[in-house]
Formats: sequence, structure tokens, C-alpha cells
Amino acid sequence: MEGEATYVSDLDNLKATELRLGLPGTDAPEKPTPASPRGSKRALLAADEECQSKSKSLGADSSGQEAAPVAKAQVVGWPPIRSYRKNSFQARKAEEEAAGLFVKVSMDGAPYLRKIDLKVYEGYKELRKALENLFKCFSLGELSGMEGCNGSEYAITYEDKDGDWMLVGDVPWEMFISSCKRLRIMSGSEARGMRSSP
Amino acid sequence: MTYFPEEVVEHIFDFLESHRHRNTVSTVCKAWYRVERLSRRSVFVGNCYAVRPERVVVRFPGVRSLSVKGKPHFADFNLVPHDWGGFALPWIEAFARGCPGLEELRLKRMVVSDESLELLARSFPNFKVLVLVSCEGFSTDGLAAIATHCRVLRELDLQENEVEDRGPQWLSCFPDSCTSLVSLNFACLKGDVNAGALERLVARCPNIRTLRLNRAVSVDSLSKILARAPHLVDLGTGSFTMDHRAEAYHRLMNNFTKCKSLKSLSGFWDASPRCLPAVYPICRNLTGLNLSYAPAIQGADLIKLIRLCLKLQRLWVLDCIGDKGLAVVASTCKELQELRVFPSDVCGAGTAVVTEEGLVAISSGCPKLNSLLYFCHQMTNAALITIAKNCPHFTRFRLCILDPGKPDPVTNQPLDEGFGAIVQSCKDLRRLSLSGLLTDQVFLYIGMYAECLEMLSIAFAGDSDKGMMYVLNGCKNMRKLEIRDSPFGDAALLEDVGKYETMRSLWMSSCDITLRGCKTLAAKMPRLNVEVINERDESDEMEENPSDLHRVEKMYVYRTVAGPRNDAPDFVWTL
Repeated sequence: MEGEATYVSDLDNLKATELRLGLPGTDAPEKPTPASPRGSKRALLAADEECQSKSKSLGADSSGQEAAPVAKAQVVGWPPIRSYRKNSFQARKAEEEAAGLFVKVSMDGAPYLRKIDLKVYEGYKELRKALENLFKCFSLGELSGMEGCNGSEYAITYEDKDGDWMLVGDVPWEMFISSCKRLRIMSGSEARGMRSSP
Repeated sequence: MTYFPEEVVEHIFDFLESHRHRNTVSTVCKAWYRVERLSRRSVFVGNCYAVRPERVVVRFPGVRSLSVKGKPHFADFNLVPHDWGGFALPWIEAFARGCPGLEELRLKRMVVSDESLELLARSFPNFKVLVLVSCEGFSTDGLAAIATHCRVLRELDLQENEVEDRGPQWLSCFPDSCTSLVSLNFACLKGDVNAGALERLVARCPNIRTLRLNRAVSVDSLSKILARAPHLVDLGTGSFTMDHRAEAYHRLMNNFTKCKSLKSLSGFWDASPRCLPAVYPICRNLTGLNLSYAPAIQGADLIKLIRLCLKLQRLWVLDCIGDKGLAVVASTCKELQELRVFPSDVCGAGTAVVTEEGLVAISSGCPKLNSLLYFCHQMTNAALITIAKNCPHFTRFRLCILDPGKPDPVTNQPLDEGFGAIVQSCKDLRRLSLSGLLTDQVFLYIGMYAECLEMLSIAFAGDSDKGMMYVLNGCKNMRKLEIRDSPFGDAALLEDVGKYETMRSLWMSSCDITLRGCKTLAAKMPRLNVEVINERDESDEMEENPSDLHRVEKMYVYRTVAGPRNDAPDFVWTL
């Protein structure tokens, strides 16, 4: 809402009251009156930074919720949360985003483990291919654990945040990488035992 | 009454607990003024620029406890430029010179340098209590000075300050002879601490009751500390990250069981849900619980925890508790008095959010609720009316609908009626924050009904000057009024200039007031400081001498007997 003007329920005019960002130097688009500048450029720039960090988090979270209106990210000092609190969450997010998601990968029978960065893969298919490459010297054959195909000698499993061993492939990729602590390529017999239990 | 000997009058004054009452009796006659000022032990300065520190010292030479507040409240949300002011040093210097018996200092939203802390540490031999809230400008070196020199320190309470980390050695500066600590809160420090020094400090302070650790303190350390200080009443847990199957976890749970006095818990910075059962043994005694920094605790785990907290009076959570979680709070926590629900961007995909439903549930389940801070995605008039009926005892009601200017989603109406119901029903309401779509009507209601209202926060609300005028004309007890992004202009500002001398301060930003309006106000009211804050930016739109018609972006007005301040930066013009 601009710094004046009665609320107009007319949907057409909703656009007029929409907060917009513009690059410095461009006209602030569609402002109802020219006599009320939306605030100093500094406010816009600050809002821009906020918007970037907000839209990152919006991007990460919005899959489950309705897309939150982006307009709200553009307002300086809104929502009114103490900077201390805001900073502590942003710092944590930055920490999580900057660090790669390196997890150990062990394979039954192999003499040493490997480490991979889960963040570089787009999905399970890529992961499986990468694991095949990593361990091909140990003559893996086909890796299962994805679509539940039988007959293969190995199953890919992972340890989640709660310490339980899960079969890779059940949950959405995003959820998987946020809870995976390490991977283990389980050999035939053990793997079959895992799959056959109800 | 002046026939009473002064000792008797002084003794009578001892029964007056509030500052306001003492202020009042001091105005009765000269004799009472004298008795009151010499016997005054505690002074509260709500605005550090309202009076000069030297004057406070001269008038009240026997002060033991001083509280001072600096920046305007909206500074919390980055609306006040960084170097606006609010320096602690002049206060510490004045008291060091004139009142060396000072024992307690509480500062909020002030700039505190290491130099000030050093001066503080060296100047007051009896210094016992230091509380810093939302302050900045100091580092752990300043804390080291406090630890080193304050021999009888009882409380060091750092709440949500921005502190520069210069290493963990500050904690080791508490001498071995220091055994007097009752309360230590360093939760806001970002750096490491020396675990051994911390454990030894706790072990030698038998009276320690409040201990809030920072994120760097490991669970192992926490465990040892609990073992040494099972009489703790208030605990901030540190990171609380651990493997729930490990030895450490079981030890921790054991040690928690021994803490029979524990009433308040906070921290849980990195806690994962599997570790929560460690605190189950003490949940039923908890009166305060702060999980607002623990985004990983949600859903079923959070609910499980809450179901154990039957005696809870104060609860701070993130909105990923969801309406369902709040319903559980409502059915479990019948003693609840204060609830804060903060927004989180970090809860992850598909997590719940809170709406009016959650709050309605709380209001019907928790009749003792009197203080609320609630960030939500939507609110309806019907809900607010119900809440007002269920909970007539609100003293603080702060509602923040995240989308500015959002109407009632069911009726598409403004929320005037809803907030109107709140102010009409809650006769003791002292603090109110508004949000959502609001017209002048809500201010009419506030002016009419909110007789006890002392602090009002307005954002993106109102249609015209009338809105602000209703408030200024109606709320007799208004002390702090802060307004942003609302269409109030010079006419409203100048409607009743005398009113501002009855208030502590007025903040207006992104409204429609002009330089001429501000200048007029300043000219009419010499005992107000009218500050216009002009942040300059690269293009320098603001010329050196802007016209009077120029819209003022930020204005801060406050009553003062100290005159214009001498430490204002260039971008602050005191008119």
C-alpha cells in the first residue's frame, strides 16, 4: 500500500498499489501520484538485497506452499522482526547453502570409502550414475535401489538424520539430500533381506 | 504533612514502588521534592536524550540502579540509520564522576563501546548487575573488562546484542575469587567459549540460577554444567546438537532429571527432534519455553513436547507449529499468559503456517492470556471479535499479518471491526500493534476505547489525517506512537502540538508530512526535539536546502529538557 490513497477493491487498481522494484534510474512504474516517492534509493537497494535473500528462501520453500506474494519481500523493515533474529536465521541459511553436502559413501567389500557432494546432482539418476562411476573398479554391475528392480547385486541405502538406514529413492530428491548423512552400497544378501521385510 | 520529620516521609516513600508515583510525590512541595530525590535508589530514563546525564546525577545522588533506553523502537527493524546515536558513554561518565555507588545498569538499544564498559568496570566498586538488550558497539574485550574488575558481579545479562567476537578469553577473566554470580546470559555471542573456564565458573558460583549458553557450547559441556548446578532455574541450552544414541545423550537426560528447580528453557539452536526427549523429565515444571530459534523442531515432535508442559505460562515458538500445534497448546497449557509466534522462512517445504484459527483456539483454551505477539498469514474480523470476547485481559496485543494491507480474506473487508472489538473488550490494553487492511475507522475506535493505551504501532494503515487525529485526541495515556507508511500529513501532525509534551516520543516514516510541517512543530514547541533524518544516497537527490514542501522520509519527535543534542550525525537535522 502506498503512502496514501484509499483502499480500492477494484482489482484493476490493485496493480497500481503493488510495490515494485526498479533499477536505479528507471521510473518507479505505475505509481498513483508522482508526488509521493516511494522512499530513498537506499531503501530500494536495501529492499533489493532483502528480496534476493528472501527469494532464495522462497524458492527453497515454496514447493509445498502456495507461492508467497513476492511483493512483501520488497518492503524495508517488514515483517517487523528484530535484526538480531533475522540475522541469526540468515546466517544459518548461508552456512547451509555455502557448505557443500559432502557425504561418505561406503560399499560393502570395497577397501576404502569415497566422498561425494550431493548438491551437484540434480536427481537420483545422476547420483546412481556417479556412484557407478566411483565404484566401477570393483565391478558393480547394475546398481538397484532406485525403482526397486530385482536381480541386481547391490542396493543403495543411506543413513538419515534420525540414524535409520533407508532405501534410496523413496522420498523427493530435496528431502533426501536434506536428511542424508551417509551412503552405503549394500551387498546382495543383506540388500535382499532389507527389501523382503514388510 | 510537612510537620512530619523527614525520616518518616522518606520511610513512607519507600512504599512507593513505581517511578511514576515517586515522580508525582516529588512535585507536591519543596520538602517532599528534597526527601524524594535524596532517597531515590532507582531511576528509569525512557529516552536517553530527554535529559542530560549530569542532571540526573545531580538530582539523585543516591541512585543505585539506572535504566536507560536509546534508539527508537523502529531501529529494531533497520528503519533508523546505523549511527543515529544513543551512546552509553556520557551516562557512564557522568555517573562515574557523580555517583560511584551505582550498582545496577540496564541499557536498551544503545551504542555501548568497549571503552564505556572498561570505564564502567573500573568506576563502580559495588557494581552488581549489567543488562544489555539490543545494544551494539562492543566486543568480547569489553566483557573481559567487566569480568576482570567487577568483584561482586551478580548478573551479566546480554540479550540479543550485536557483539564483535575477539576470542573466548573473556570468560576466563572472571577471577577465581568470583563466586557471586547469580545470572549469566551470553546466548547472543557468536564465538567460542573456553569450556573448562565455563564449567569451573559455574562450579564455584553456588548461587547461580540463570544460565543461558551460546550456540558454541557443546552438549558435553552442558551435561557437565547441569551436573554441577542442578539448582538452575533458567537454562539456555546452547546448540543441543548431538547423536541421540550416544553416551552423551543418556548422561544429559540423567542430569536433566536432577534439575528439580528448572522453570525456563531456551536455546536449542541446532537441536534435532530426536534429542528432545532428554528434556522430557523436566517439562511438567516448566513455566517458560523458548523454541523460537529451533526451526528443526516441528510437527509431531513439537507437539509431543508441548503436551508435557502443563504449567507453561510463557511460550515463544516459530510459526511452523501450525494451527494444529496451537490447538494442542490451547488444550494443554491452561496457565498460558504470554504467547509469541515468530515467522520462519527456514522451516522448509510443506510446513504448516498459522492463521486466525490457531489464535482463536488459543483464546478459547487459555483464558489467562494477556500478552501476544503473533505473526500470521491472515486474520479475519470474526476471529478477532471472538478472541476479544474470550480474552478480555490483554495488556499487550501485537498482531502482524505478513502481507501488508491485507484484508479479511473471507469478507474482503478491512480489519477495523476486529481491532475495534479488541480495544473495546480489553480495558487494560497498554500496547497495541496493528496490521492488515485498516481505514480511519479503526483509529476512531482506538481513540474512543483504548483509554489505557500507552504504545501504538501503525503500519500501512488509515486513509487520511483524521485517523491520526482520532488517536491523538482520544488516547489520554499515549506515550509512544510510531507510524510508518501511512497517509498522515501535516494537518494531523499539527492538530494538537501540546500533546507531544505529554508523550515520550513520536516516530513517523514514509508518511505525508513535509519539512514545513516539521519546522512549524519545532517552532511552536521549543521543548520538543524535532529530528528529521535524511539519509543521503549516491545520487544526492537531497539538495543542501530542500524546499519546505519536500516530503520528510523519517521524523522523530521527543520531549526533552536537554535541548537539541550535541552528538547528532550530519544526516539528522534537529529543527
